[in-house]
Amino acid sequence: MPALIAAKKSSRPASRSGRPATELIFGDLWEFDPAPESADPKLKARYELFIDGKFVAPKGGRYFDSINPANEQKLAEIALAGPADVDAAYAAAKRAYEGVWGKMPGRERAKYLYRIARLLQDRAREFAVAETLDGGKPIKESRDFDVPMAAAHFFYHAGWADKLDYVAPGRRVAPLGVVGQVIPWNFPLLMCAWKLAPALAMGNTVVLKPAETTSISALKLAEIFQDAGLPPGVVNFVTGAGDVGAAVMNHPTPAKIAFTGSTEVGKIIMRGLAGTGKKMTMELGGKAANIVFDDAPLDQAVEGIVNGIFFNQGHVCCAGSRLLVQESVAAKVLAKLKNRICTLRVGDPMDKNTDIGAINSREQLDKIAALVAVGVKEGNEMFQPACKLPTKGFYFRPTIFSGVSMSSRVAREEIFGPVLSVLTFRTVDEAIEKANNTAYGLSAGVWTDKGSRILKMSTELKAGVVWANTYNKFDPSSPFGGFKESGFGREGGRQGLLDYCKLV
Amino acid sequence: MSRLPITKTPKVYVGGAFIRSESARVFPLKDASGEFFANIPQCTRKDLRNAVEAAAKAGPGWAKRTAYNRGQILYRLGEMIEARAGEMADAITLGGATPAAAAREVAATVERLIYYAGWTDKYEQVLGNVNPVAAPYFNFTVTEPMGIIGVIAPDEAPLLALISLIAPAITSGNTVVALASSRQPYPAILLGEMLATSDLPGGVVNLLTGFRKEMISTFATHAHLRAISAVVNAEERKALALGAADSVKRTHLRKAEDKHDWLVDSAQSLEAIRETLEFKTTWHPVGA
Repeated sequence: MPALIAAKKSSRPASRSGRPATELIFGDLWEFDPAPESADPKLKARYELFIDGKFVAPKGGRYFDSINPANEQKLAEIALAGPADVDAAYAAAKRAYEGVWGKMPGRERAKYLYRIARLLQDRAREFAVAETLDGGKPIKESRDFDVPMAAAHFFYHAGWADKLDYVAPGRRVAPLGVVGQVIPWNFPLLMCAWKLAPALAMGNTVVLKPAETTSISALKLAEIFQDAGLPPGVVNFVTGAGDVGAAVMNHPTPAKIAFTGSTEVGKIIMRGLAGTGKKMTMELGGKAANIVFDDAPLDQAVEGIVNGIFFNQGHVCCAGSRLLVQESVAAKVLAKLKNRICTLRVGDPMDKNTDIGAINSREQLDKIAALVAVGVKEGNEMFQPACKLPTKGFYFRPTIFSGVSMSSRVAREEIFGPVLSVLTFRTVDEAIEKANNTAYGLSAGVWTDKGSRILKMSTELKAGVVWANTYNKFDPSSPFGGFKESGFGREGGRQGLLDYCKLV
Repeated sequence: MSRLPITKTPKVYVGGAFIRSESARVFPLKDASGEFFANIPQCTRKDLRNAVEAAAKAGPGWAKRTAYNRGQILYRLGEMIEARAGEMADAITLGGATPAAAAREVAATVERLIYYAGWTDKYEQVLGNVNPVAAPYFNFTVTEPMGIIGVIAPDEAPLLALISLIAPAITSGNTVVALASSRQPYPAILLGEMLATSDLPGGVVNLLTGFRKEMISTFATHAHLRAISAVVNAEERKALALGAADSVKRTHLRKAEDKHDWLVDSAQSLEAIRETLEFKTTWHPVGA
């Protein structure tokens, strides 16, 4: 990998007087004192499965380690579920649906969800630390985004539980029954909330499998379910790798399957369910265009580009991984961008000043490195800041490829890491054509000072979420989900609820 | 002196033109008494791909029509069928329906079109909304047509079921490639002629006749078909769902083995429109 890190000094744009513009390049100029977050994550040495309201040992008696990707140290052991455990989880979910949850009045279900939201807020810092330790994301993100947003999702959906007559105008809705869900490792707690809150508000019960590298926050959430008195079996967590996920997806019990993950795995799940007639929600990959027009406020756009691709190390399905810049400002934007990423602080995720934390796993790090190597081999110009990386743990420098063509693999494939590909365009039509020229269609960004152009772009872009003069904004009331091979179904808002009910 | 009547050569309506199958194949259609009636085009996978191309060309223009305009065109299609109701009812009786049942089916078809005509400029107001996000953004969710929809119609109610699948898709600006009933294809042949005089732009609705088993795999795997709306048997459902996975296609597969009453009001719905819509959410900053 070091061969790839051609550490180039950024070329600073000269000011009119010929002197370099004054810019704060923090990266190498001086050392920062560490500012570690020190709250206790209250981790257990061993996490069991959460089935029927209790923590139970896996029937096979096997466990796997969850490590901290920031230093490769073991955090805890996690139960490895087998088919019998998945059966038990579904049996519990079915009992809970038929016996309690499915027939509970909505206002009562609502109160449980409100309780969960409040208890999560109470323990927010503890959860943030656990999330950062387990997944590698910067503490400032888990503290300011993941955990509060997860609580917000429970709070928002709680209020729907007794207002379901308003979800589908003119129709009555009913829960589907038991739902099977599999979530990814990039936002472990938040994805839990996105999946669970609407399903529970609607009156379904759930078997959920967290990602194998990030099971801890789900199992901590199970503690909150116990504290909240959530009836046993309403939510069941089974942990393990892809084979457990397949068992959850292909089990005969669930009436609906919801999956967030790669398009590749999504297609496998769709094939597995072909002919069953089960409902599905697929939240899959993306290769979003972030489009900067020449009239955009460029400094603001640069911040948005950085947030778009480097938020959560770029482990974001809707990451703005393809920057499309109008040719007339391309050189200027690229220069500003290179400068800006030299000030990003890469390193210990537990440090409150860290901007880019650890890559979630060695496997993902290898995948990013391999695709970046392809990008170099294809002849794209690569830029990485010369920041120091910790010696232990999984880290990758923020990376920019410029002069990228549409056919380049780094412009077409989802890298799921801190790697930005920069392309240019001349006209509005060309921007639309390039942005839409992908099998994906999850999200897009538009940067321009012109309101009418924002609405035009929003209309033309084949993407489920369009951010104008901002990027990577989320809200429980705002539906999220893709067009084309980015999947189907929505999460959040009234539209998200529709995917967890049937019309009667 | 008795006059030998001029018989019509059935042709399928694709891209706004009346064509034979590119394969030059036909299959004989007999009337209810077993007499030869006409030769029907036996369309191929290639015909299907050509129809998708025609639908792709027509799509952007149709989606950009105003909702008011789309409503008037759907209404006019109702007018065209109403005006030729007798002829259409005769086409339905070919398959063995009583004249009274055929007349009911034609009348219900017209009613269905009027129902969806009225929805074109209203479904957005019901399905979309503004979202009260906790940040200074004007955040709104609107719908958008998916694109090209593949329709596979059942054998029963050869006109009404076909229209019940097509109409909600084109209400929102999708285009359609539909395979008509192979047992009773003639109403679809006539429907093409009514579509042609309805102001509906050519290519918005493309009707094929032929055999499912020859075309189903292409319906399943054609990446430009963004959704499939079909009434199909268990084996076909599996084939469609398997092929759909390749391009993450949306499938709305009704069971052919279930009894469907297409005449009832519940066979038309806002949800049928929603099935071929995507939701798009835009975050627009609020500030000076």
